Amino acid sequence: MENIYLAIPLASLFGAIIAGFFGRQIGRIGAHTVTIAGVGVSFILSLVALNHIVFDGGAVYNESVYTWMVSDGLKFEVGFLIDHLTVMMMAVVTGVSLMVHVYTIGYMHDDPGYQRFFSYISLFTFSMLMLVMSNNFMQLFFGWEAVGLVSYLLIGFWYKKETAIYANLKAFLVNRVGDFGFILGIAAVVMYAGSLDYIEVFQKAEQIAGLSIVIIPGTEWSLMTVICILLFIGAMGKSAQVPLHVWLPDSMEGPTPISALIHAATMVTAGIFMVARMSPLYEWSETALSFVLVIGAITAFFMGLIGIVQNDIKRVVAYSTLSQLGYMTVALGVSAYSAAVFHLMTHAFFKALLFLAAGSVIIAMHHEQDIRKMGGLKKYMPITYWTSLIGSLALIGFPGFSGFFSKDAIIEAVHYSQIPGSGFAYLMVVLGVFVTAFYSFRMFFLVFHGKERMDEHTKEHLHETPWVVTVPLIALAIPSVVIGWLTVEYMLFGTYFADSIVVKNIHNVLGQISFTTEFGFIEHAFHGLAVYLALAGLIAAWYIYLVNPKIADLLQQKLAVVYRLLDKKYWVDEVYFAVFGNGSRKLGNSFWRIGDVGVIDGFIVNGSAKLVGWLSGVMRHIQTGILYHYAFAMILGLMGLLLFVYVK
Amino acid sequence: MFADWPLLSLVVWIPIIGGIAVLLSGDKGDAEGVRRLALVFSLVTFVLSLGLYTGFDVNQVEMQFVERFEWIESFKIYYHFGVDGISMPLIILTTFTTVLVILAGWEVIKDRPAQYMAAFLIMEGLMNGVFAALDAMFFYVFWEAMLIPMFIIIGVWGGPRRVYATIKFFIYTFFGSVFMLVAMIYMFYQMDSFAILDMHNMKLDMTEQTLIFIAFLMAFAVKVPMWPVHTWLPDAHVEAPTGGSVILAAIMLKIGGYGFLRFSLPITPDASSSLDWLIILMSLVAVVYIGFVALVQTDMKKLVAYSSIAHMGFVTLGLFVIFRIWDNPANADSTGAVMAVEGAMIQMISHGFISGALFLMIGVLYDRMHSREIKDYGGVVNTMPVFAAFAVFFAMSNAGLPGTSGFVGEFMVIIASFKANFWFAFLAATTLILGAAYTLWMVKRVFYGEVTNNNVKALEDINSRELFIMSTLAIAVLALGLWPAPVVDVMHTSVNNLLQHVAVSKL
Repeated sequence: MENIYLAIPLASLFGAIIAGFFGRQIGRIGAHTVTIAGVGVSFILSLVALNHIVFDGGAVYNESVYTWMVSDGLKFEVGFLIDHLTVMMMAVVTGVSLMVHVYTIGYMHDDPGYQRFFSYISLFTFSMLMLVMSNNFMQLFFGWEAVGLVSYLLIGFWYKKETAIYANLKAFLVNRVGDFGFILGIAAVVMYAGSLDYIEVFQKAEQIAGLSIVIIPGTEWSLMTVICILLFIGAMGKSAQVPLHVWLPDSMEGPTPISALIHAATMVTAGIFMVARMSPLYEWSETALSFVLVIGAITAFFMGLIGIVQNDIKRVVAYSTLSQLGYMTVALGVSAYSAAVFHLMTHAFFKALLFLAAGSVIIAMHHEQDIRKMGGLKKYMPITYWTSLIGSLALIGFPGFSGFFSKDAIIEAVHYSQIPGSGFAYLMVVLGVFVTAFYSFRMFFLVFHGKERMDEHTKEHLHETPWVVTVPLIALAIPSVVIGWLTVEYMLFGTYFADSIVVKNIHNVLGQISFTTEFGFIEHAFHGLAVYLALAGLIAAWYIYLVNPKIADLLQQKLAVVYRLLDKKYWVDEVYFAVFGNGSRKLGNSFWRIGDVGVIDGFIVNGSAKLVGWLSGVMRHIQTGILYHYAFAMILGLMGLLLFVYVK
Repeated sequence: MFADWPLLSLVVWIPIIGGIAVLLSGDKGDAEGVRRLALVFSLVTFVLSLGLYTGFDVNQVEMQFVERFEWIESFKIYYHFGVDGISMPLIILTTFTTVLVILAGWEVIKDRPAQYMAAFLIMEGLMNGVFAALDAMFFYVFWEAMLIPMFIIIGVWGGPRRVYATIKFFIYTFFGSVFMLVAMIYMFYQMDSFAILDMHNMKLDMTEQTLIFIAFLMAFAVKVPMWPVHTWLPDAHVEAPTGGSVILAAIMLKIGGYGFLRFSLPITPDASSSLDWLIILMSLVAVVYIGFVALVQTDMKKLVAYSSIAHMGFVTLGLFVIFRIWDNPANADSTGAVMAVEGAMIQMISHGFISGALFLMIGVLYDRMHSREIKDYGGVVNTMPVFAAFAVFFAMSNAGLPGTSGFVGEFMVIIASFKANFWFAFLAATTLILGAAYTLWMVKRVFYGEVTNNNVKALEDINSRELFIMSTLAIAVLALGLWPAPVVDVMHTSVNNLLQHVAVSKL
């Protein structure tokens, strides 16, 4: 198996290198062939690994591939930890990636950067695989930053577009703010656990939990809380949690396939994955879990609200991603790690589906993204329509669809949780269900039903997209329906994550859920609130946007303040730009102008040069060049000397 | 490979003799021949310096490749060479960089190419001498002599304000070094020897140590350069020709860091320990304050120069945070000091590659556009796609992306600093944000976007010579980033030995 594990990331890397360096030689067809082959190999081998670990009961693999270096007794290694959690992530990452690769053939068909694009998305697959397969913190950080890099390259893929190159810089920097916390967390782990290896660190968790750290003199903090929160700051960057969420909506400036791959299905789930992976640490700090919970709850609800007022088809889906990531984070906060990862998996399929469907619409609409200029696309694009419907139903948690199982599990888990903040979080996630249904179907109805609001030219050319686009849609629609049925019982209530996720008994909220089968879930749903809220949201969207569109305008006028608040995204971007963007430029300028140019150079360096110049100017007057001045000075000196000797 | 040759003498004198030969042959006016000759000398030196690596015994504590003869008998000054795991990698960095610098000036330098090439070859020999010398006075000779070729390089081939810059550069660094000379002479009178290794073992009381420490600090802090004595560097860089900037950033700054390792820490361990707060403070200011200053630069060279100062802050932080690591009661097993020092050294080598590459890139643009102002560019990627790919790569390396060499040293120093104090690591880690901000913002403004003007539109992508230089550096950056073990392993014994020595009080 060792060679297979090694081949999984390397196959993708190989494709990326060939397409990246020899793109011109191998041409377009060569580029997509080699990268799809590479990712295809990764996918098939991931399934082999999945089969080996899950169905054949293969042993957990935890070995190093090579030693990066050893310094001060600390081993920095590159190695793999392959267990149930890893193989699931590997299968999801490579599966979605493969679909996106195929889809890209259609979507990027006319783009001059075709080969480059394929190289990047394969490189991304490699990076993400290195991240999830890692068995240590250093490689985790490597993958962590590498996905950030590829995300930077891909958001700015259309490098002539001013908004794109603004967005990619912003995304990278905001992610770096998260990484800043993350690296400090890793440093803390190294200091107190003396190792970078997951398993060794986890073995010391109990010991670490007993320690405290003094950060501000006079105050003692629980060490585990500090470590977990620092690591979570990294997750907030990658998984776009409030207040580090600002980069994700802007990342929609990149081509749609990467929105599906990176900003919905995989990279943004890195933070969720990381916290689940670190469950043996998080379990020891209830404060950190509360922090995670509250951040997630805020993200889940308030980011969903923004989705209601967006008119760009991709941005609606982007805000829905933020909100769903919030749900996952909430699940982490209540120690329902497996529910978080389960939702991660279902979400990866239906969100990738929704993005690719949105991309399909965008292709058909000749790169028009404003949903106000769409409408009635159902009859032109039947495959896109039906797959979008499946994706939307899965997203809102309609009973039976994959998202239903995962979201319901999260809501129930929060319901049973006792940790501080769980009451607030419960309110947020339940209300969030209505919001989700409302914005999802607002978009759905505006795009596919109602009046055809596009111009005549676009309308004439409307037709279903080619097979390279629709096949991935269908391929993603299938798991969006069935994956929940197949896995819910095993993953959430069975022993699936027994080897990778640790939950203390007092935090075991999933254990309190009494219904554990697929049908149990569905039956229970009708006794709970969530399903009715979802239906209410759907119906409200239907009524407001299809039946009686005047209401939408009326509401917008009546609730102008709220509308403006949401439309401006709570003014977070503006505040950040003013404080961090302009603030740091002002600070830099004053440091430079006052500190460097003014004080150091102006006063000290050039000042002392001027002082020397002035002194020599004064001294110069003594040297008159007139003989009797010198003779006079000599006589004076001689007299002085004699006097001195005499007196002494 | 030629392990029994006097390799250190060869890597010092071959380039110097080569420089003189180039200078003499330059009279014939055959520019091509002159360049080739210079390249041959630099290549021979590089290959010979590799012998230092292959012949190096990683387990040996003592100096290796030692050569020792009496030079000036009456003052007991010896011709004394030798390297350990600290100096050896820096010599290879020097010989490697010089080859690239010679190539970088190939057809660009039309004015007096022979003198130009000769200056760099002589410079190379002198810098190797600084790293190899084990006699303090011998060291000092190389140390000061090094200023002369650099003075000429900036003064002759420099930009419009070159006179101001050269004078500033010379007086600044010379001012620092005279104090070092006084300290060396004082120690000579105390123990009747100029041998650096004897100085390591000599007894010094606290007052003596403090004064000597400050004298060395003056010399090395200017060289590194540390905040607040850094202001010569941006001026020197801006005025220097590309090759001069590369040598300045890649090698000369490292001599300051090397000086701390070779002189300050082992000779004055107690003063280093009691004054470590000063160095740590200056280093952290360099990382944070200079990071902000770099952000607002409008001249690309100045921006990279400031970035160099910030990155060198990691070197001095790593070197002097060791006392706090040892003293921190919360750091139960007291480890981390070795990682801090090795991280600092890796940072020096990595910075040599990356800053060298960045200055070469600015040179590539300057050769075509004759401007270093960011605002004169925009959308360069459209006309120079290959070059832009390298630019993004080196920018990411400068921002410390894992997988590149820029990550290794920063990661080690941040982790080690955490063992000393949370806030040291906190402030040092701000480089993750600041470093990315100033580097990538520059990339955005220079390379991305639509073509902004006709000059950019007329740009031609890099030629095969430039491609070769860039690729070589890129491979070096990647190799060190993906597998630093071969370089770190060389350092272990020497760093351990050094730190054991530093940990023992001289009082």
